[in-house]
Amino acid sequence: MLAKRIIPCLDVKDGRVVKGVRFRNHEDVGDIVSLAARYAGEGADELVFYDISASPDSRAVEPEWVKRVARAIDIPFCVAGGIRSVDEARARLFAGADKISVNSPVLADPDLIDRLAGEFGRQCIVVGIDSREIGGEWRVHSNTGDPDKTRMEARATLDWIKEAIERGAGEIVLNCMDQDGVREGYDIDQLKAARAVCSVPLIASGGAGAMAHFADVFRQAEADGALAASVFHKQVIAIGELKTWLVQQSIEVRQ
Amino acid sequence: MTVAIIQTGCANIFSVQTALDRLNADHILAAMPVDAAGADRLILPGVGSAHPAMANLQAAGWDAALAAEDRPLLGICLGMQLLFESSQEGDTGCLGLLPGEVVAMTPFVGGRLPHMGWNQLRHETDNDPLLSGIEEGEHVYFVHSYAVPVTSLTIASSEHDMRFSAMVRRGNVMGCQFHPERSGKAGGRILKNFLEIGA
Repeated sequence: MLAKRIIPCLDVKDGRVVKGVRFRNHEDVGDIVSLAARYAGEGADELVFYDISASPDSRAVEPEWVKRVARAIDIPFCVAGGIRSVDEARARLFAGADKISVNSPVLADPDLIDRLAGEFGRQCIVVGIDSREIGGEWRVHSNTGDPDKTRMEARATLDWIKEAIERGAGEIVLNCMDQDGVREGYDIDQLKAARAVCSVPLIASGGAGAMAHFADVFRQAEADGALAASVFHKQVIAIGELKTWLVQQSIEVRQ
Repeated sequence: MTVAIIQTGCANIFSVQTALDRLNADHILAAMPVDAAGADRLILPGVGSAHPAMANLQAAGWDAALAAEDRPLLGICLGMQLLFESSQEGDTGCLGLLPGEVVAMTPFVGGRLPHMGWNQLRHETDNDPLLSGIEEGEHVYFVHSYAVPVTSLTIASSEHDMRFSAMVRRGNVMGCQFHPERSGKAGGRILKNFLEIGA
């Protein structure tokens, strides 16, 4: 049986791992490679590196840290942030990333999903979606790495999930913005609604604060993986203990 | 000990290289069969889809070279699938080193494709050295939507709606449907086992 995945997310800004609350007030939490190696050693199933400065600003075509991470760990990892072209995706995949995740650029150019999937196969194309409830409907937001540039898109979240999969997304990461960084639990309602329209793996993001939150999102929203940052960075939850506890709850995880 | 990594034009050769580095194994990239002349064994990695990968292999002469090969050969993921006769992915004729067809995995109610993530190995044979040190139920990392059904060549299987071949072997021709280079300690052990087979 496929194990539920525990996925620490490392937000990267200027080559360091940072974490903000509700996407603001970023604070430095450590070196990329040492944190990656620590999480892999503790039993993380996968890592996501999200270059939060990337989308609004210009950035390197091939961040040198991708190769350093690939050398340091023996679990899969995904690189996100500002990938606007097939060439930029290729640079990261050739540097050792197992998957690339696209978010704001494919909102502006949805056909980029088709081109990426056509070139590399859908299995390494992740579409990240930042979403929050506006007027009773879940709506997609773009450029969330910079509060001054964040804007609400015309798309409804559930419609965008369906379109992204049709175009070739192999996995969806749904970041529920209202929960991000506040550690009060995943947005189960939104994730359940997403699950109902999502035929590819669905990764929950935003809100993890306690071990029970992981059990909730796996059981109630049937997420394939749960992404979290601050609870791991600040050592509120140890991955090994979390997995032991999930096994006691009869949830399949890799140990 | 030198491993030739066959270049299919696919992306993720670097993670195979770094996995071999962790095992202190020398490796070279082999775009053409002649590039692998000094190697002791071969790895056929694979990310991408069957048709373009086979086209690249044929253009470089790998189809004929591998048919005559007797060094240990390990196909990984798509690389394992290419060892068989054909694939339903793009109705592609493959290398034909092993009998059988690669089939599309069938989505089931509530099931998801691609089959992506950590799944368990079930041993289908006793005492194969490629599985040395690997416990029943060990998790390894899979990413695929096509699979080889369980056959007499299957040495380990896994299950995602259908039970399928996770590892196959006939003599020196071996394959892993999962990514040993991204499967933590278990994957490292399987690669180490491959490096020690026939050595």
